[in-house]
Amino acid sequence: MSVLKNARSERCAIGSIVQPTAEHKGCGASGGRGKLSCGSQGGQGDLPTGVWEKIKDHPCYSEEAHHHYARMHVAVAPACNIQCNFCNRKYDCANESRPGVVSEKLTPEQAAKKVLAVASAIPQMTVLGIAGPGDPLANPEKTFKTFELVTKNAPDLRLCVSTNGLALPDHIDTIARLGIDHVTITINMIDPEIGAQIYPWIFYRHKRYTGLEAAKILAERQLQGLEMLTARGILCKINSVMIPGVNDRHLVEVNKAVKARGAFLHNIMPLISAPEHGTVFGLKGQRGPSARELKALQDACESEMNMMRHCRQCRADAVGLLGEDRSAEFTTEKIMSVDVRYDVNARLAYQGKVEQARAQKLAAKQEGLAELAAEMSELKLLVAVATKGDGLINLHFGHAKEFQIYQLSTAGPKFVGHRRVDLYCQAGYGEEGRLTTTIGAINDCHAVFVAKIGGSPKSELLRAGIVPVDEYAHEFIEKSVIAWFKSYLEKVQSGDIQHVERGDGAIRQGALSSVA
Amino acid sequence: MPFKIIASQCTSCSACAPECPNDAIAEKNGTFVIDPKKCTECIGYFDEPQCAAVCPVDKTCVIDASLPRYDAPANGPRP
Repeated sequence: MSVLKNARSERCAIGSIVQPTAEHKGCGASGGRGKLSCGSQGGQGDLPTGVWEKIKDHPCYSEEAHHHYARMHVAVAPACNIQCNFCNRKYDCANESRPGVVSEKLTPEQAAKKVLAVASAIPQMTVLGIAGPGDPLANPEKTFKTFELVTKNAPDLRLCVSTNGLALPDHIDTIARLGIDHVTITINMIDPEIGAQIYPWIFYRHKRYTGLEAAKILAERQLQGLEMLTARGILCKINSVMIPGVNDRHLVEVNKAVKARGAFLHNIMPLISAPEHGTVFGLKGQRGPSARELKALQDACESEMNMMRHCRQCRADAVGLLGEDRSAEFTTEKIMSVDVRYDVNARLAYQGKVEQARAQKLAAKQEGLAELAAEMSELKLLVAVATKGDGLINLHFGHAKEFQIYQLSTAGPKFVGHRRVDLYCQAGYGEEGRLTTTIGAINDCHAVFVAKIGGSPKSELLRAGIVPVDEYAHEFIEKSVIAWFKSYLEKVQSGDIQHVERGDGAIRQGALSSVA
Repeated sequence: MPFKIIASQCTSCSACAPECPNDAIAEKNGTFVIDPKKCTECIGYFDEPQCAAVCPVDKTCVIDASLPRYDAPANGPRP
């Protein structure tokens, strides 16, 4: 379908859909006051305490928390009730990190044991999510049984579910009863004309629907489910896959529609699409967005509501901090053979230490911001940071599988995303190939902050116009980038250096490899 | 003729089993199998065979032509 036709049908269909129908319970709860900070970027800010309590240790709902807390998904839900052109669940590879992919299915009993084992081994693991590999609510018995078993033994874990929304309105009571306080709905369209290009069919009430009819039912059910959840005070995150030429412009309308219905956070993710994934989009050559396209869309939606920018599009069996995947350490075979003693107190003690470190980090950031307060400049730029968590610059350039991207301005540093640089199934490319990938991925950045870096990559980066910065090794990210930015501004003002705009960055397709 | 599942194409997602009105589908050696004695092609229950309608892989739940057609009772569906 042409872009023009897209725009036309949007105008027809959306007018009636973008109406506020649910009372807001999340961000922007008080309409005219504008959106709340929602914690997705920083600390509590102006968030109501009840909401902050729910998200402060949830790595997916709070950007700040994702540096400190981990999540796990258990793959108990293999069945799905819709077909998406960006999904092919047949593909399974342990090095493949994307939704829908999983290495082994678990029964609810196996899953419950795995959760206890992981939570005991990783005390900062605070969230259990069920995200597939199909749709959790197309497998309601397995999904809810798992949550019941887990709650019995590990009542401190937060429960989270991620769904396509088709079956959602049928399960609101159970979700509320089980205390699942975070629900993610993937909504890629509110216009069936666009939906028909994304979803070939749905299975609903014992019937397979295709085309416009399928997309219409799906969109209605998704928005209805969202309204029902926000009416119960359950936090909802909306995931949207950005598909250039299909729904990219339309997602601004989706953003308005979900905000009007009380969604707490919107996560616009780049389409993952490579021919080898065997998806309809992959085989058709449908491209994903570039880093700049993605950021532009996220920025355009941000005036309406809070955007999640730290999503790693993880697997349905992911384990660990968002930027790492430790699922390979916890195979069913290993889990079933060990005797797990779940120690809530040890976990809480560890999390207490995490909170102390977190408070120090925030204090350092405030200090930095105070120093920046006097600076006057319109200048904005991006920097990349090598980190393995805790909000520190604590990773060697060459060991980084991803870089976190911060936008710097006199308003302070803002986390705007991450770039994957791990090499997947590219044996033989060697260091040179790796460096080229890295430079391509952070090509829109002015500097890269690392704990350490070798001489050769250092000069390659400089040649590409990216300044490697290692003098803030093992210091807090935000405080360090502020200090660097301050001196950068001074050098620009004194004429020591000239500020030049950077190019676009590439979003790497495919895997987050768990083996280095 | 009852339906059968082509094992080499089955992703073992389990979507079909709970949809079957005859409880004819079970997991066997990693994939799902339809018991031909129980399958009624969903005649009398639904407008379309449920396993085929929900299966994510095209042409994986198909009529087993090697077996005789399901003979629907003249007076409507089986209970």
